[in-house]
Parts: sequence; structure tokens; C-alpha cells
Amino acid sequence: MSKSTLSRRGLLKTGALGTAGLAVPTIFTASSARAFTNAPSGGSVTLGFNVPQTGPYADEGADELRAYELAVEHLNGGGDGGMLNTFSSKALNGVGINGHKVAYVTGDTQTKSDAARASAKSMIEKDGAIMITGGSSSGVAVAVQGLCQEAGVIFMAGLTHSNDTTGKDKKANGFRHFFNAYMSGAALAPVLAKQYGTDRKAYHLTADYTWGWTQEESIMAATEALGWETIEAVKTPLAQTDFSSYIAPVLNSGADVLILNHYGGNMVNSLTNAVQFGLREKVVNGKQFEIVVPLFSRLMARGAGESVKGILGSTNWHWSLQDEGSKAFVQSFGTKYGFPPSQAAHTCYVQTLLYADAVQRAGSFDPCAVVEALEGYEFDGLGNGPTLYRAEDHQCFKDVLVVRGKENPTSEFDLLEVVEITPRAQVEYAPDHPMFSGGALGSCNPGA
Amino acid sequence: MDAIILQILNGLDKGSAYALIALGLTLIFGTLGVVNFAHGALFMVGAFCAVTLSRLLSLSHQVVDETRTDFLGKPLKVDVPYVMDIFGETTGAAIIDWAVPLAILFSIPVMIALGVIMERGLIKHFYKRPHADQILVTFGLAIVLQEIIKQVYGANPIPTPAPDVFKGSLDFGVLMGFDPNAIIYPYWRLVYFGFAAIIIGAVFAFLQFTTFGMVVRAGMADRETVGLLGINIDKRFTIMFGLAAAVAGLAGVMYAPINSPNYHMGMDFLVLSFVVVVVGGMGSLPGAVLAGFLLGILESFASMNEIKAILPGIDQIIIYLVAIIILLTRPRGLLGRKGVMED
Amino acid sequence: MFGLGKRDFTLFLLVAVLAIFAPFILNPFPTDSAMAQFNAGYPDLMQRFVIFGILAIGFNILFGLTGYLSFGHAAFLGVGSYSAVWMFKLLSMNVIPAILLSMIVSGLFAVVIGYVSLRRSGIYFSILTLAFAQMSYNLAYSVLTPITNGETGLQITLDDPRLLGVSATADGGIPVTNLFGLEMRAYETVTMGPWEFQFSVGYYVAAIIMLASFYLSIRIFRSPFGMMLRAIKSNQNRLYYTGLNAKPYTLAAFVISGMYAGLAGGLLACMDPLAGAERMQWTASGEVVLMTILGGAGTLIGPVLGAGFIKYFENIFSKINDQVVHSWVSFLPDGIEDFVVGIIHPFVGKGWHLTLGLMFMAIVIFLPGGLVEGGQRIARRLRKRDGTKTETSTTPAE
Repeated sequence: MSKSTLSRRGLLKTGALGTAGLAVPTIFTASSARAFTNAPSGGSVTLGFNVPQTGPYADEGADELRAYELAVEHLNGGGDGGMLNTFSSKALNGVGINGHKVAYVTGDTQTKSDAARASAKSMIEKDGAIMITGGSSSGVAVAVQGLCQEAGVIFMAGLTHSNDTTGKDKKANGFRHFFNAYMSGAALAPVLAKQYGTDRKAYHLTADYTWGWTQEESIMAATEALGWETIEAVKTPLAQTDFSSYIAPVLNSGADVLILNHYGGNMVNSLTNAVQFGLREKVVNGKQFEIVVPLFSRLMARGAGESVKGILGSTNWHWSLQDEGSKAFVQSFGTKYGFPPSQAAHTCYVQTLLYADAVQRAGSFDPCAVVEALEGYEFDGLGNGPTLYRAEDHQCFKDVLVVRGKENPTSEFDLLEVVEITPRAQVEYAPDHPMFSGGALGSCNPGA
Repeated sequence: MDAIILQILNGLDKGSAYALIALGLTLIFGTLGVVNFAHGALFMVGAFCAVTLSRLLSLSHQVVDETRTDFLGKPLKVDVPYVMDIFGETTGAAIIDWAVPLAILFSIPVMIALGVIMERGLIKHFYKRPHADQILVTFGLAIVLQEIIKQVYGANPIPTPAPDVFKGSLDFGVLMGFDPNAIIYPYWRLVYFGFAAIIIGAVFAFLQFTTFGMVVRAGMADRETVGLLGINIDKRFTIMFGLAAAVAGLAGVMYAPINSPNYHMGMDFLVLSFVVVVVGGMGSLPGAVLAGFLLGILESFASMNEIKAILPGIDQIIIYLVAIIILLTRPRGLLGRKGVMED
Repeated sequence: MFGLGKRDFTLFLLVAVLAIFAPFILNPFPTDSAMAQFNAGYPDLMQRFVIFGILAIGFNILFGLTGYLSFGHAAFLGVGSYSAVWMFKLLSMNVIPAILLSMIVSGLFAVVIGYVSLRRSGIYFSILTLAFAQMSYNLAYSVLTPITNGETGLQITLDDPRLLGVSATADGGIPVTNLFGLEMRAYETVTMGPWEFQFSVGYYVAAIIMLASFYLSIRIFRSPFGMMLRAIKSNQNRLYYTGLNAKPYTLAAFVISGMYAGLAGGLLACMDPLAGAERMQWTASGEVVLMTILGGAGTLIGPVLGAGFIKYFENIFSKINDQVVHSWVSFLPDGIEDFVVGIIHPFVGKGWHLTLGLMFMAIVIFLPGGLVEGGQRIARRLRKRDGTKTETSTTPAE
């Protein structure tokens, strides 16, 4: 057997240059090229789960990995089937994907775009992975998405919230189920207006990198549209651990709401610091001072402890949802691991199922066939109500949750309560929305 | 004006942490001549002493509450800490609440023991080795320490709150005649500053006024001569290493309520603490403290909106920029001695 | 031969043979066997081995010869990568101009940083270089995003205004980095019985450049210039008293070593056109230092071994998960199997850092001269059997 990654156009070029006098060894031209990269041979197909296993997001990565293992178990017919039973598509039958038993390899992204690409490359080159999925930051998602496009495999993004992933950095081979910063703003703003009034002055602290900026832009636009005024938007260094010098001036600025465009460790520290400074007990402009964390993660909220109580934010999914899909997923995850899944786990599980289902419906692992099967696909039963994978930008459109830190948690997992389920129509936007403009999907790349 | 006072307070607070870590690092370097890359990890272990103690105090047995259900719909199991059984509900709750201050007592023996074991078991064999080897072995040790913590406690930060009485903040502005809310500062950060001042004072007093300290200072100046006088300097140096570890540990314990501890917090402080030590001057204890506070205050000023408006991104690089300027104008840092670590 | 002494030539030949046959040497296990997990002979990792080898060789010219410990070498790596990607975006997908520009730009950076930093020595020098690198990293991640694309890293997109070449290929894809049409990412898999070997174009391009760098480094080590650098390490004062100004020599070494790092950065971008800011972080600088000390500072081949060692752990050990461990020990009875997996579990997969930290400690404790000393000890033991006691060819430096 001999397989090669030389593409058709590459061959033409090398061939042309070969005649131009450059000696090309025959080994590079003689190939029995297959239709696409890493076509499964034998009885199994390999998926690549690329999650952070070291560094600050290691726990989130570990939860993603649990979800993937569960998804593989269900796809191969093990366990109680989880969301396969509630999924609107019944193509999957519990005997793997397209008759191939599902196997997987794991890797460590280290939450660095470089390391994540190295890890994904090793999965594609060494282990023959046909699809890469996972990740816990937008930088990594965009970097790995770019790689998968070039290598000709499908990328099913994990947790990535930046507008850019399906905006200016969108790729034909990449798909995102998770929601994005624009949707956070669109879902959160009406609730904020309802709870805190339309006459508010906001102070933004923003992590100084691309995700932070898109988040700030989105929330600012959404709140200003409802009458809020932005007093100041301050960028904070990514490596910052102590936010005291950024929080100290907030009370004096005349603002009565603090919006923390931070995630992960940044969010835990800035929220803890803000509460330490007693901001929430203050009254400014005759109004109670409030803090908002637009992107909430239960896993990370745990690190902030008591500080999250009463704080509003948005999230992609929460285990307390009562639809059939969510209940089935929580049931099988909780039974296997003893605690409820995080939103990262949910999106990763769903992405795996969606990919498997698309292959099954397309009847082929060919990335272009998979892309075709996923584009414009409407489904239900996976936790967020009726959902659409939009063809124009490969972004999922579904309901978004607005949540609040719970006052009386019954356990260490019971930190958030759902305030409102914002319907899908309210968070939809045109594919050429200015926040998502620039960049193009390009055409799907089957590789080889 | 009020904004400047606020940032000075912030700077003093940040400076306290920097100074405490740099102090221990300089102690080790000055006495033993060892570049200790594991010092940040000791700070981290200190913070996890606080986490550990609060976990130990909260050790619980489970009581099934039939009226409520957990996430799978089964009856909820409620944790009841043993201390509540022993001391009654209010006293027990108060003990758990005061876990962080109690952890000071808990951490001192732990950190000294860790320091002494490290010195006797590992560092001792590296006195005569090149600095590069010291860096490699202590860096390896730092990774091992933080990975052990990660295996036990996970990668996420763990909230370790201060006692309830220290929650909230003090309104300085009113005391100084400004408007209310103009200058507010959290109680716990003020406690941290005071605590740092006491520790720094204690270390200096110890070195200045005790015979032990005198011998150690003599050893720092000229190790060979002190050895020739028949004084067992090695034993004293071991104790100094334990002491330095305890200082780093205490800095960590008290830092836990400020930012929830996580396993890589030591690495976050490592580079910074080296910059502080070098800016202060290698081997100079007052230099380390001075540089700690100086960099803390400058960092706070750099994050002011007014300054960021003129120089965007200045808060990202201020520490390093100051380090470069000081090292170019004062070749051995602020208070460094000639001939230390220049080869 | 080629201006090399006999021993150096043997060493060079050895490295060349290792580099050429790397796809075989690194894939010792049949593809379907349980041990295939330890195979490192796939294009990406092989490329990383030689590229980080170049970085470490360059670092060693500065640290091994002059003793100046730079803690900011990653800045040059990052600058090299950014230059190369910009060259791909603006000029052509050919790797030659990209590599040239990355060396030039990193060389310029090295002149500036070196000129300032070399005014101090010892740890003060280390902290100055560290400060420059950290400033570059922090700025690249935030305010310099228009140039560096910040968190995401600089990538090639479909609308790059490429002067010599097309923005997008006919079928709507992004063009591929190539050497006059020979695509870097192309590779050929040859199957021999149960074994599979991958021959990658990118790897051989990088390997040839690595051999050239290695050759140049031997020449520098053996040249009068190299002697001068060593004199700086052993006693700079004496040099001053003999009326020699050491500064130009150290600066030259610093710039050469910075250009090596830039070359490595450029090559990384050639193999995979993405430049991330993390490449400039202090941890990346620290990694180069560790590679060099681990392999054996001041020796010719040590840094290359150190680079391979660390990259192997990063890429191979991090991928071993419980499922894999179970498959190794599945022949054991159930209870014992779980027990064995439980013991191995903390050291692999997400625990690969722990293993790496333990290896650092073990090597520096038991092999003070790094991996090279390990090789020497084995060689010495082998030789003792013959009754002769000679230096091995792997320690020409000190």
C-alpha cells in the first residue's frame, strides 16, 4: 500500500517544473492517490481529540475528553446511547460510523496555537485521523481550523467563542457548534436592560487579545443599542494575575456597571478582585453597582467561589436544562463519571455526534461530502432546541442561555441558574454582518 | 490625586508579594549561591497549604436529605463537616471561616520541612556545580512540585476566601477628606501589606540582631573564612534554606484569598521574582525589598487609563522596561555588590 | 575533509547518516503493534527535531562558547517566523525568500538586543535578554496584533496580495509553501512488510539546512574566532589585559546565534505557515536553554540531542492516554491490569510534564555533562573492554 499527500495541482506544478529541468525523483510522482486524506481502511476509523491537558485550561480539557470518550462509547453501541436516542436524525445505529468502529487518539494543545497544530498534525500524519475536534480557546480553534483546511480533514471546533472563528477566519472544512460573542451580546443585553434598567453607565475590562476584543465589541454594541452608555473600555494584559490596579479606578469613573470581558483564569481573578473591592455593595448614580461576566463557564466559576453569586452572564448550555436531549446527556455522563457535564463537554459531545451523523447520511468519510451534509442542516434533540448549521459560515444557530450565579447552591456543581432561554431568532445575524466580515469559507479541501 | 493614592496602595500591595518572594530568593542566593528556579513553586505550595488546611477542616461525612434531589434526581447528599460535629455548628463554622489565618501556623512547619529536605536531599549536591546545572535541576523540581499539586487538586483555581470579617473594603477617602467611594481598599489587601511588613522586618531583625544571623551574614560575605574559623556554616545554611522556603510559603498562604490558587501560579511569579531580585542587585536583601515595592508601584501606575492613553500597551511591558533601564544605568542593580554573578 | 579534522568529519558524517535515515531510525516499531505509539518518524515531528536542532546549535555557539546565557532566544525564533509568514503573504510561497528574510530580520533584532544586553554580563545579561523577549511577546500578543495577528497567530489567508503568485489556487484553496514547486508538506509513504516509513519533502529540506548549520557550527568551533570566544568564557579580564576588546566577538557570536534562531523560526513557518506569539514567551526561551544543558552545553552534538529529547516527550508522551496504556497491558489479569495502568497513568498523557521534570532532574543529577556524557560513559565502558582509554569522538569541544 502506498498513500501520498501530493495534491493534483501540486503534481501538475511539480510535473511542469520537472520538465523545466528540475529533476523530480520518481517516488514523488508515482502515487496511487486516493480521493481524500486518511480514508479509513480496515474496520475502524480514527478521530483526533485535541484538548488542553496541561496549562490553565487542563480541567476543561479533561471534561471535554470525558465527553468524547462517552460519545465514542455511544457511537459504538455501548452505554445507554445518550443523546443518540433523542437526536432528530436516526441515521446512526450504534455500530460505529458507516460500519467502521470508532477509535480515537488524544493530544495536548497546551492552549498554544503552535503546540495545538503540532498535536493535530501528528494525529493526521501519524495516526491517520479523519477528523480533528476539541480545544478551549479561540486562538487554538482558528489555528487548528486553518491546519485542517490545508490538510484536508474536517475540524469540529470545541469551546471557541470569538466571532472570528466563523467570521473572518472561517474555513470550509471547519464547523462550530458553540455560540459566539455576538450571540452573547444579543442574548444578554435585553436581560440586562430588564434587570438593571436602560439608563446605565458601563465600564469594560477586556482581555487584551482577539477574543476579548470581539467580545467587548459585541457587548458594547448590544448594550448601547438599548440605551447604555460606555464610560471606558480598558484592556488588561493576558498574563495579568492581580487586577487590583484596573479595578480600583472603576468606582470613581461614574460607571455603575462593570463588564468583565475575561475568560478562564483571567475571569476568576478579575471577578474575585472586583468583589474584594466591595463593588457590589456600592451604590453609584443612585443605583446598585452591578458586575456582568458575558461568557460564563461553570467550571471556571467554581474558581471564583462565592464571588459569582448573583452575577449575570451567558452560556452555551447548562446541565439543569430540562429538555429530553439535555436530560439524556446528563444522565449518561453523570452515571459514568459521577458529576454533571460542563458546557465544553456538551459542545464536544454534540460535535462528535453531528460529525458521525453527517458521515452516515452522506455515506462517505470524504470531507467534501461531510461538508455538504452539514451545511444548512436542521436538527433537534441535542440540547439547545431546534438548531441550524448555517451553510454560509458553518456556525450553529440555536437558543442561548442567560444565567446567574446561584445564591444557595446545593452542591459544588450547582453554581448557575438559568434566567432566560433566549430564542434563536433573537441571536441570529446576517452572514455579512460587519463583526463577521472579511475572510471567506473557500472551497472544501479533501486533501490528497 | 485620589487615583494616584489608589495606585500607590495597589503598588504597595503588589510590591508586598514581589518583595516577599524576592526576599526568599535572595536569601538562598546570597547564602548558598544557588539560583533557585523552584522558588516560585514554593510560593505556590504555600498557597496550597491554605487550600489543604481549609479542605482538612471541611472534611465531612454525608447526610442524605430526602427533601432535595441532586442532578440525577436521586436524594441529595449534604456534607456535614466533622469540625461542626466536634465543636458545634457555630464554632465549627468559625474555624472553617478562619482557615487561611490558621494556615499560617500550619504552613510554617510544612514549609521549613520541605525546604530542609530540598536542601539536604538535592540542592546540597549542587553548590559546586555551574549555575546552568542549578537552573536545570531546580526547574525540573519546580515542574515536579506543580505537577504533583495538579494531580491532587486539578488545574482549576480553588477559591480560598478570607475570614468574613475581612471581606469588603475600607473607605480611605472619607478618612482623608475625599468623597465617599473615591479611595476604597479591601481589608484583606491591607492585612497582606501589614503582614508582609512584619515578615520583612522579622527577617531583617533576625539577621541583624541574633548571633545566628551574624554568622550567616558573615558567611554571605566570605564563606571560606567563616568555615576556617571552625563554624559549621553548612548547618546554618540549611536552616536558612528552610527559612527562605517558609517566607515564600507564608507569602503564598496569605495570597490565597487575593487570587484563587492554581497549580501554575508559581511559574507566573517566577520570572517576575527574578527580575525583581536582579533589579534590586543580586545578593542584596534591602535591594530585593526595595525593587519589589518599586516595580509594584510602577506597574500600578502604568495601568492607569491616563497613562495608557499616551502609551498604549505600556502596562504590558513596564516591568521589563524598568529592568532594562535600571540595569543599563546601574550595572549591578539598585543595591548590588561588585563581583556577584558576573561570570 | 571539507576543512574538518578527522574526528569532526566522523561526527559530521554520523549526523548526516542519522539525518538521512531518520525516517527508518525513528520508526522502529511495526505500524500496527502496540509499541507504534513510540514511533516518531512522521513528518511533523521529524521536522521539529531538526529545526529545534538548528535552534539549539545556534544557541550553543553563544552559550557553549562564550558562556553568556541568553534567556530571550525565543524572541528571534518568533521574529523569524513572523518575517517568513509575511514573506509568504506578500511575495511568494517559495521558501527561499522567506528563509532569507527571517535570517536578516532576526539578525537585525540580534544586533540591537545584543548591543544593549552585552553591556552587562552574568545574570544581568540573562535578565536583559529575558526582558527584551518578554516585551516582544507581550506586545506581539496585544498592541502589535495588526502585524502579528495576536492570539491566533499570523496565518496565510485567501486574500493575501501575493506579488509573485496567486492569492488562491484555481480550486479555491490556499497555496502551499514550496521550493520551486516542490511542496513542503508532500510526503510519500513506503510500506515494507508491517512497517511504514514516511519520506517528507519538508523534512529533507530542513535536514539539509540543519546539516549545513551543523557544518558551519563545527567550523566556528574550530576557528580562531571560536578560540577567541572560548577565551572570553574562561577569563574575560585577562583578555582585556592583553589588549583585546572582547565585545565585538561576543556581539558577533550573539548575532550569529540569533540568526540561527531566526532561521529555525523561518523554517518552522515554511513547514507550517503559522507564527504564534507563544514562540516568543519565556518558556520557549527556557526550553532552548534546557535543550542545550540537557544535551551537553559546549559540545557539538549535545544540543541537537537535547532538542530531540524534549520534543519527543512533548509530542509522544502527551499522546499516551489510558486507553493506550490498557492496550499495552491487556495480557495481564483484570485487577493487576488496572493497578499497572493506575501506576503509569500519572506519568503519561496529561502528566507528561511530570515525566519531563523528573527526567530533567535525573539527567542533571546523574549525568552532569548532559546526554553527551551518558554516551561517553557507555562508550568508555565499551572501550574499557578493549583495554584502551581514549576520548570519544563526541566531545571535541572542551
